[in-house]
Amino acid sequence: MSSLDLFRFSAGALRGHRLRTGLCLLGVAIGVTAVILLTSLGEGARLFVTGEFSQLGTNLIIIAPGKTETSGAAPIFGGVPHDLTVEDVEAIKRYVHTAKAVAPLAYGQAQARHGQTTREVNVAGTTPEFREIREVAVRLGSYLPEGKAHQAQRVCVIGIKIQEELFPGTNPLGETLRIGEDRFRIIGVMAPRGTSLGMNLDEVVHVPVRAAQRMFNQAGLFRAFVSVRNHDEIEATKQAVIDLLRKRHGGVEDVTAITQDAVLTTFGNIMTTLTAALGGIAAISLCVAGIGIMNVMLVTVSERTSEIGLLKALGASRRQILACFLIEAAIISSMGGALGLGLGYLFNRAIIAIYPTFPVQPPQWAVAGAVAVSVLVGVAFGALPARRAARLDPVAALAKR
Amino acid sequence: MIELRGLTRTFYVGGRPVHALRELDLGVPDGDYISIMGPSGSGKSTLLNLLGCLDRPTAGSYLLDGDEVGQLDENELTQVRRHKIGFVFQSFHLVPRLTAAGNVELPMTFAGVERAQRRERVARTLQSVGLGERVGHRPEQLSGGEQQRVAIARAIAMDPAILLADEPTGNLDSRSGQEVIDLLEGMNAEGLTVIMVTHNPEIAERARHRIRLADGRLVEEEFA
Repeated sequence: MSSLDLFRFSAGALRGHRLRTGLCLLGVAIGVTAVILLTSLGEGARLFVTGEFSQLGTNLIIIAPGKTETSGAAPIFGGVPHDLTVEDVEAIKRYVHTAKAVAPLAYGQAQARHGQTTREVNVAGTTPEFREIREVAVRLGSYLPEGKAHQAQRVCVIGIKIQEELFPGTNPLGETLRIGEDRFRIIGVMAPRGTSLGMNLDEVVHVPVRAAQRMFNQAGLFRAFVSVRNHDEIEATKQAVIDLLRKRHGGVEDVTAITQDAVLTTFGNIMTTLTAALGGIAAISLCVAGIGIMNVMLVTVSERTSEIGLLKALGASRRQILACFLIEAAIISSMGGALGLGLGYLFNRAIIAIYPTFPVQPPQWAVAGAVAVSVLVGVAFGALPARRAARLDPVAALAKR
Repeated sequence: MIELRGLTRTFYVGGRPVHALRELDLGVPDGDYISIMGPSGSGKSTLLNLLGCLDRPTAGSYLLDGDEVGQLDENELTQVRRHKIGFVFQSFHLVPRLTAAGNVELPMTFAGVERAQRRERVARTLQSVGLGERVGHRPEQLSGGEQQRVAIARAIAMDPAILLADEPTGNLDSRSGQEVIDLLEGMNAEGLTVIMVTHNPEIAERARHRIRLADGRLVEEEFA
């Protein structure tokens, strides 16, 4: 008996019970839809979070003063970590050749005032190279001035929000902005950037690094940023920076270097696990659908007992009868899988239409897995009823009406 | 060619033996026309099921064309049912979702006959039972006599040597019954062995070879 004939026979039997077949198929479809939908939400969340992080740039090394790991020897030799200084940053620029751009960051909050208007602002003290590292776009005027001589100069580049609130409707270039106790001349306005990791980049004022240090009375830096040309160079560069700073800090490794890779990988792993868990929960509904198939196939076998007896009398082998019923179950589950796939994509389109910024997209492993599992479910749960059919005693089966 | 020697079939119902057939001896030469009579429970259906290889004897020997049926495995029995034996039932046993053609095609499909050849044989066989015009009708659209003729067409589709008929006229009016008997006798005349269980003495009388069962035993055998 050819497989096409088997398929035709099984499909013909299913056609006789459209409603039952349809409902059973719907059960599988809902299971597959659930898997696709939940995993794509999970995957969307992962893409969203890692996307936020990778805005920082994947070729970036962030250096923070202090060592988070416990060091056994350090307390004996003083234990207080050295400050990370502007000189350290300059040394990195000079000696670490794979570093493409290096920028310091001194950071604090202060009151900014113009005329009668006052507001709290975040002050970032840095150098012009910061512009390249964080891809700062200037909308009006210019960014911080180049050269060591200007590192203490009282000029500032303001975020768009600050311009809108302190200088509504006027050109702020050349105006004076009072930040804390100092007066800064505004030389530029940054283009809007929005929020990144909960920080509003439009409410920041950039000033030269030494001016910020003086304002906050800080000797050390909050962070230093090092970017590399090529992603392959990131590990070597990170090591070179750590070695250099150890040498400069009297042999003590007292800085922490973080790469975006590490952060991204960690978050990516967490979110992938979460997605898998969601997929697993959804897979339970596939299992329930499988039990539905088993139930319907058992009913079918008992309804068609006399037909099975007849087929045996006509010369159908056990294997052929087994195959007929397995194929019926597989048709239900694979059609359900296909329908679920369609529904899943439809729902995804709907979510994208409602939340365009949220990148919902089912991971390929989930799609392939859901479809494979749905077909497998049909065969697995169809096996018992099919076996029962194949093993029926033909005499007893024929006698049943 | 069928030879039964001491054929016995015992069922166990609730642990107690029920002797459906006891030590039956019977010879059926090729091309025979044999009727089996007897009251209900006398073992007629059991005998037919054994002859049709749907069941196996508890004891005794059933030689079919020289093969000992009791020693054949499941696959070999399937092959015997497929190629040597055709069944006709009192209640027709047509598959309701299939057309007349679909029902006749069924045994050939399971035997793996090519599609084109199946089509050709379906048409020819339905023609031979006088239903050439009814090919596309479902069982519910056919009369009882027509349904039984579809069943006969299905039984002979694989060109078997033996046709087993279990009260083929039992559910039919006398005119349709007569048509069915005429059909079977015509096929017998062409060489088909016909073994028929019947309650109707008039029909039984027409057979060349008649046996009567009672309580699982062969109590009467006569030849015309």
